[in-house]
Amino acid sequence: MFNTALSWSDLVFLAHGAGMTLTVTAVSVAAGTVLGVLFGVIRFQLGPYWAIPLTFVLDIFRSVPLLIQLVLGNALQSIMKLGWPPFTTSCVVLSLYTAAYCTEIVRGGIDSVPMNTRRAARSLGMTWFQDMRYIVAPLAIRVSLPSWIGLTLGVMKDSALVLWLGLIELLRASQILVTRLQEPLFILLICGAIYFIISLPIARLGGYLEKRWSPND
Amino acid sequence: MFHYTFHWNQALKALPQMLDGALVTLQIALLSMIIGMAIAIVLTLFRLSGSRLLGGFATAWVEVARNTPALFQIYMAHFGLGNFGIHLSPFIALLVGIAFNNAGYLAENFRGALKAIPETQARAGRSLGMTSLQAFRMIVLPQMLRVAFLPVTNQMVWAILMTSLGVTVGMNTDLTGITQELNARSFRTFEFFAIAAVIYYVIAKVVTLAARAFASRMFRY
Amino acid sequence: MIEIENVRKSFGQLEVLKGINLTVKKGEVVTVIGGSGSGKSTLLTCINGLESIAAGKVVIDGTDVHAKTTDLNKLRQKVGIVFQQWNAFPHLTVLENVMLAPRKVLGMSKQKAEEMAVKQLTHVGLAEKLSVYPNRMSGGQQQRMAIARALAMSPEYMLFDEVTSALDPMLVGEVLDTLRMLASEGMTMICVTHEMKFAREVSDRVAFFHQGIMAEIAQPEQLFDAPEHAETKKFLAATH
Repeated sequence: MFNTALSWSDLVFLAHGAGMTLTVTAVSVAAGTVLGVLFGVIRFQLGPYWAIPLTFVLDIFRSVPLLIQLVLGNALQSIMKLGWPPFTTSCVVLSLYTAAYCTEIVRGGIDSVPMNTRRAARSLGMTWFQDMRYIVAPLAIRVSLPSWIGLTLGVMKDSALVLWLGLIELLRASQILVTRLQEPLFILLICGAIYFIISLPIARLGGYLEKRWSPND
Repeated sequence: MFHYTFHWNQALKALPQMLDGALVTLQIALLSMIIGMAIAIVLTLFRLSGSRLLGGFATAWVEVARNTPALFQIYMAHFGLGNFGIHLSPFIALLVGIAFNNAGYLAENFRGALKAIPETQARAGRSLGMTSLQAFRMIVLPQMLRVAFLPVTNQMVWAILMTSLGVTVGMNTDLTGITQELNARSFRTFEFFAIAAVIYYVIAKVVTLAARAFASRMFRY
Repeated sequence: MIEIENVRKSFGQLEVLKGINLTVKKGEVVTVIGGSGSGKSTLLTCINGLESIAAGKVVIDGTDVHAKTTDLNKLRQKVGIVFQQWNAFPHLTVLENVMLAPRKVLGMSKQKAEEMAVKQLTHVGLAEKLSVYPNRMSGGQQQRMAIARALAMSPEYMLFDEVTSALDPMLVGEVLDTLRMLASEGMTMICVTHEMKFAREVSDRVAFFHQGIMAEIAQPEQLFDAPEHAETKKFLAATH
């Protein structure tokens, strides 16, 4: 049906690209979430007023195009003579980008736990940490999870921009094939389908957990 | 500390040029929002129409816009349409890509806004003798606009940030495009892009604050 | 005159109205009591055509509500309804809430509509709240606004669907007072309510609904003091 020059090895090439997309996403989301939880708790403990410096810095990551952030990150590491390969730079920038969004999600999650619930925990003699660990965390995670899944999917899509630093992820791999084979639509459709295939299980998992954890359960 | 001398003067001299680029950036963002909103309204109507064909088309649009990278959508406009012998200039390709993305996200927002208005509101209007069109126009729609306003503002900021992707398809008149050209000539990457970052930040903040001021005047309840 | 003849209505498998017959004359106040799920609220939405019916007839002043040729929008101008949830339009001030339908539906001039709205709002005791947005008011005030909004259409009939059920106990009184006032002015009303004392005071007749059937209808003294139907006795014993 299709008369295409696309060969098996080209598909393997695309799969490698998809692997790179997944790796960059996994590393950035993992690191970004750890940072985001840390910043989110700090942000909550400090209150909106004292957290202004932190909020301001994180807001920059959300108000400047990611492409510019990547270029700046790369320029900075070269100025500082860190000698990072593009993969490291990409992951560092994307992690901070993820952390900026994750902080707000975490803060919102903690905010959603009613003060009285926490007072109840503290009046049972729990320490701040025990309260956080056994009361706040389980409740906040349920509230935050849908947004966090959304963030993960967003980072997965935004990770396409690391191609600008020379990483061959899914979109760049497709672009290389397009240039070589001159079948832009067909190859891009495959590329889009792969993005869908990667997104679907994550989105499904999110929907499943949301349903399972809904309050009237 | 670092063995690097920052050359800010050279970069600052290019500021007027970069500000011109910022205007192009704003122009694309604004145009893409207008087109995106118009399409989003049509997609929302398609979804409400009850027709499986129209509804399916709208859903497919929304799903593709939301589940693939914005850069992919711009590539589709730039490279993908080449299959049909359509070769768009970087400006148009960028505009088409972002408008496509905007339409998908906005259609989803509009649907959410529609759901957010309880059915009892239209019912209350109907029981006062209004036609369903009157009830929609005078009771449901104004409330929808308020619910949808914040997401629309956010999408506008997104559209501004997305315009930076134009450089990957050869756009050289917007803020990122101009910055990249300046950079290619001077190799003062950090300085030029830092200034570009500040300009993007200021634009994003001004848009957000202006929208907030507008909303507090418009929606006083 | 509202004539309800053998009205039947189902939601899916569940038949909520199993043949209701009731005639309400001009100037009459009929209250409907009964347990939840007895179909009493559904009846009201069938009377003004917000819900369709499976069988039977509702005729208002000679117009068959559910006939295809009936202009429901026209008919609803004559029959006001106030719901348990007051459904204030949150994007409009109190004055605008009341003015909207007279202007857009009846085509009144802005000035006339405003006069009418001020008159009705004063009537329900909200003259000082004209430029306030509904969400700044208590539930009782919003409910009185909803009543004024319906009255501004100069309806000939008013339907009240458990208008005090969603209110704090402290706010119930002010709304009931408004209803009492309307009743004393001769408005034709059908009130679905849980307020037995109120029903006894204002009603010309009280109907008791049970599982989609009008089990008993009588003058209030008769129904409350000497109920005939076993279910009525049970219900009254449980609510007292």
